[in-house]
Amino acid sequence: MSVRSLRGRVAVVGIGETRYYKHSQSPDAEFKLALKAILAACEDAGLDPREIDGFASYSDDRSEASRLAAALGIRRLRSATMQWGGGGGGCCAAVANGAAAIAAGLADCVVVFRALAQGQHGRFGQVAGIDSVAGEKAYLMPYGVLSPPQRFAMRVRRFMHEHGVRQEAMRAIALASYHHAQANPRAVMHGKPLSAETYDASRWIAEPFHLYDCCMENDGAAAIVLVAAERARDFARKPAYVLGAATGSGHRAGAAPHNAPRYGSAGFDTVAPDLYAMAGIAPADVGVVQSYENFTGGVAMALAEHGFFAPEEANEFLTLDNLVAPSGRLPLNTSGGNLAECYMHGFELVLEAVRQVRGTSTSQAARSDVALVIGGPMVTPVSDLLLASENVL
Amino acid sequence: MNDTTPTRYLPPGLPVPAPESDGLSAPYWSGLREGRLRVQHCAACGTWQFGPEWICHHCHAFDPPWEDVAPRGRIYSWERVWHPAHAALKGHGAYLVVLVELPHAGLVRMVGNLLGDPMQEVRIGAEVEGVYEHHAGAQPPFSLLQWRVHTEDAR
Repeated sequence: MSVRSLRGRVAVVGIGETRYYKHSQSPDAEFKLALKAILAACEDAGLDPREIDGFASYSDDRSEASRLAAALGIRRLRSATMQWGGGGGGCCAAVANGAAAIAAGLADCVVVFRALAQGQHGRFGQVAGIDSVAGEKAYLMPYGVLSPPQRFAMRVRRFMHEHGVRQEAMRAIALASYHHAQANPRAVMHGKPLSAETYDASRWIAEPFHLYDCCMENDGAAAIVLVAAERARDFARKPAYVLGAATGSGHRAGAAPHNAPRYGSAGFDTVAPDLYAMAGIAPADVGVVQSYENFTGGVAMALAEHGFFAPEEANEFLTLDNLVAPSGRLPLNTSGGNLAECYMHGFELVLEAVRQVRGTSTSQAARSDVALVIGGPMVTPVSDLLLASENVL
Repeated sequence: MNDTTPTRYLPPGLPVPAPESDGLSAPYWSGLREGRLRVQHCAACGTWQFGPEWICHHCHAFDPPWEDVAPRGRIYSWERVWHPAHAALKGHGAYLVVLVELPHAGLVRMVGNLLGDPMQEVRIGAEVEGVYEHHAGAQPPFSLLQWRVHTEDAR
């Protein structure tokens, strides 16, 4: 019996996305956006879409696998997986689930995707049409804790308090995303640079989050094509191999309301060690990171939990110079990410990691043969993905 | 201090809390209406648990009993909210949310508003006491538990 691992067994051979829109501005229906992204990913791979035999997604994506299979006329559907949990916590887990289906022989060609049209289905940042609430929301919403920034600000405040982390560390994360978005024509914030002064002067959403600490809300879709590693070189593009993946959360991370034992945390205390163990690498081997920014503070906590610095070192490490491609210590969110490229629920980060491994990013990192994606700080479950070029295997 | 404030901290129109259809949290919500704060306290192993669950997370005894606890604690974290995420809050201005831990109940935590000036300086670790906020006219009627800085700790 071989070691149970995804390391080197599956590769990303195609990526595709729609145009990215501000929320409510997509002229296309959400399902049509999903179809367009999937076809774009197949075209990138040089793959007949009818060869797809599996779909994987997360966060209760509404573009259901069987409808996609019927719409695309695929020959047979063999794998259809949905990762439990909300937010971007599943953006890497969906890739892991699709890859696991291939590694286990349940499918040969899995498309992993996320499609969102917030204008058609309601925004994450506004609450409307709810008269009464039960369960976790009942302990929060009557007190005005309604939207994601309000739900997560107290975690970040606690982290800042415990480790002496300053607002400037959060600011550096926002500045890095906007810096990289200026080179990326896909980015919604392309042509809209952000300065430290503008960040400082921006309004508070929920202290300690300024406007620019918060992700955008967008419409669009993004998809990747996964195949077994043995077939990866048959396709048009340079493969990006799955080096490692891990999902989940630590002890009672889901204890509601706000009763997780590790509170000032992004939730990777058990997940990051699993990731590095599967990949057989250390944090120092990672050349470039895409880290899901619902809020900048979540990125700060997540990077610490992945071993790039101790929480007490956050102020020194998190500077703009350290976070920009090509030669910062740790180029971060090189497409602009959720803050400045597109809030594609983190799936745009997976595509960007593939570009880094291929060498086709608009902000290419000097070291990009090992690219990390961190999905969904402060939610549960969270997930991680490491992609690598063939020479690393 | 188990007193009651006649006013509401936030304007009406926010979602009204109710127990789940399976009744899990009903003793908590009925307790607040009576001016009592109830937390699950496992009879088998003594573990405190909040929010409620059908089982004790430590020893797996079912249906941990509810126990009245004093509504006091200390601020574990806080936020000042500025952006209104609900129509009822438009034009209201900033408000304070605190996460309060209860040292005498296993350090369980509760979310509430911090009464007083929304621009007051908030200190993690400050002692706070609970204030019941009754919404008798709501459909269905409910009560919230708010917090204010303990007088000796007030600035």
